[in-house]
Amino acid sequence: MSSTSSNGIGSGVIKWIDYRLPIFTMMNKELNEYPTPRNLTYMWNFGSLAGIALVIMIVTGILLAMQYTAHVDMAFDSVERIMRDVNYGWLIRYIHMNGASFFFIVVYIHIFRGLYYGSYKAPREILWALGVIILLLMMATAFMGYVLPWGQMSFWGATVITNLFSAIPWGIGDAIVAWLWGGFAVDNPTLVRFYALHYLLPFVIAAVAVLHMWALHRFGSNNPLGIDAKGPQDKISFHPYYTTKDLFGFGVFFIFFAAFIFYAPNYMGHPDNYIEANPLVTPPHIVPEWYFLPFYAILRAITFDISIPFTGIVLIDAKLGGVIAMFASIAVLFVLPWLDSSPVRSGRFRPYFKWFFWIFVIDCLVLGYIGAMPAESPYTEIGQVATAWYFLHFLVILPLLSRLERPMPLPASISEPVLGGGGMAAAPARSPEGASGVSTEQSPETMR
Amino acid sequence: MAEATNPPRGDVDEGKRDFIYLLGGAAGVVGVGIVAWPLIDSLNPSADVLALASIEVDVSPIEVGQAITVTWRGKPVFIRHRTVEEISEAEVVPMDVLRDPQTDEERRIKAEYLVMVGVCTHLGCIPSGQKVGEEKGEYGGWFCPCHGSHYDTSGRIRKGPAPTNLVVPPYEFIQDTVVQIG
Ligand code: HEM
Ligand code: FES
Repeated sequence: MSSTSSNGIGSGVIKWIDYRLPIFTMMNKELNEYPTPRNLTYMWNFGSLAGIALVIMIVTGILLAMQYTAHVDMAFDSVERIMRDVNYGWLIRYIHMNGASFFFIVVYIHIFRGLYYGSYKAPREILWALGVIILLLMMATAFMGYVLPWGQMSFWGATVITNLFSAIPWGIGDAIVAWLWGGFAVDNPTLVRFYALHYLLPFVIAAVAVLHMWALHRFGSNNPLGIDAKGPQDKISFHPYYTTKDLFGFGVFFIFFAAFIFYAPNYMGHPDNYIEANPLVTPPHIVPEWYFLPFYAILRAITFDISIPFTGIVLIDAKLGGVIAMFASIAVLFVLPWLDSSPVRSGRFRPYFKWFFWIFVIDCLVLGYIGAMPAESPYTEIGQVATAWYFLHFLVILPLLSRLERPMPLPASISEPVLGGGGMAAAPARSPEGASGVSTEQSPETMR
Repeated sequence: MAEATNPPRGDVDEGKRDFIYLLGGAAGVVGVGIVAWPLIDSLNPSADVLALASIEVDVSPIEVGQAITVTWRGKPVFIRHRTVEEISEAEVVPMDVLRDPQTDEERRIKAEYLVMVGVCTHLGCIPSGQKVGEEKGEYGGWFCPCHGSHYDTSGRIRKGPAPTNLVVPPYEFIQDTVVQIG
């Protein structure tokens, strides 16, 4: 293991390089010594899982790119060739296909973790905003990736989503759509530019993820208690404690991932995408990939024009309204740190917030279900209620709660409930994962 | 590391400085804009795409009550040979029930042949109703399965999320039964 002193790491060549480019010092500081709250639960595994998912997508993506042909006449067949003729092509493609779904599962859990434990609150607002930007980039990347195999869902998904921009009035929208397409319909120019962007955006994601980590390491991780560390007794070094725990998380993740890749590789896909794109026939029931369903439900919930009462003057027609609602559902996340002004971060100490959080989770699941259903009664009405609740939660409930709710008393420190000193009733009895060895090692410090 | 020492600023006319900053900044913005436009415009439909010729269609084989779909600029164009009932149904609709008010006369050249771009004005799906037995929606015209838009026998939006009527492309009858689209 490398030396723990932060200047002059290693010896010989390492020292020579490190003097000129202090990269080893940095790695030691950020990945080895990096002080981490000692009470992180498994909910804190999902950041590193998102990282490994991105690496898997980039590696398999580059290999696919070496076999794939971005042309409307050849794309579909080139993917079939990957599946049948390329050595392990089926494996690489199934990893990439299911990897996108798992990437979203991991990131959604990561986001809900942040929502429950108030990880978006000061001083982590920028960290949170960078996360939302990563989510948007992931959505763009996955959307364009799904177009590449040029199946029916690829084509019609691309058509419907690019047409969202045509909702912008005064002809601007139509100009934007033609610009996005490079033509009068989704066609070869569209496919080729989506391919170029699909290759590019993951590297932009990687860059934003670096900023995300940078902002994270400025103040360190939040933790299940949501209180700041009071001193070294509240933290343990990242290595070996969290490196081990993160690696264990990878193992569990790979088990689930492999189960899908080998036993249900098309479970999360749509059979229609194994039919080559046909610009003259829309499949009877088009649905986006599961990870877009809640947003799709919000888009479709606005079936009414918004007009000035009693005048019949339409301000926002239903189509534009749906598009605005859909984008707003993500935009609201950017302002969340200012909507929830409660100084208590963790939901554990917020008796009402806790319940509203779970109602919100259920609301998102309902939206996901509605997104997969046809646009007819009663699904439309349920979708409208769920959409209204989504926005109520952020725009009304959270601001009110943070003023009205009386939080439970917070523990005095992270280590207090663990290392003696009569834990608070509010704090769970569960001990942090840092095994008993850690506490003995650290206890002299705590006694001081 | 040595500290940097900037030369003393002396007597600076701040007003002049601000002016120079503004001028420099404005010139920079214009310059970047001029260079950016060719890059942005390169993504717009190119000359070969725009050059897609117009098409000619002989509509005489279409039986009354039947419809055909042809491709123009990569998009489907619906041509329906309407029945007398369909035409009169379309003509009697009062304007105030329409979301995008247009009379049937404004949407046709010859009453019996309705020519329209077959792309739903909501988000671009192809409505059903062209083939015999396909779902035609509540108004007997076309139905878009994607989010449930109903069009009448004049292709006007009657119900569902689509904001406008199906688009009538530029076309003319170059012979009695030959249409040139585009
Ligand atoms: C954020 C990371 C990424 C995500 C979320 C993502 C997502 C996707 C998705 C959903 C598909 C469609 C899979 C299918 O149904 O067949 C796809 C296909 C594809 N992706 Fe990616 N991708 C990512 C990174 C990359 C990278 C970095 C490359 C290239 C360097 C790449 C190259 C490709 C290629 C060539 C295809 C077409 C082959 C196929 O459809 O299997 N991807 N991607
Ligand atoms: S695309 Fe036709 S109803 Fe949405």
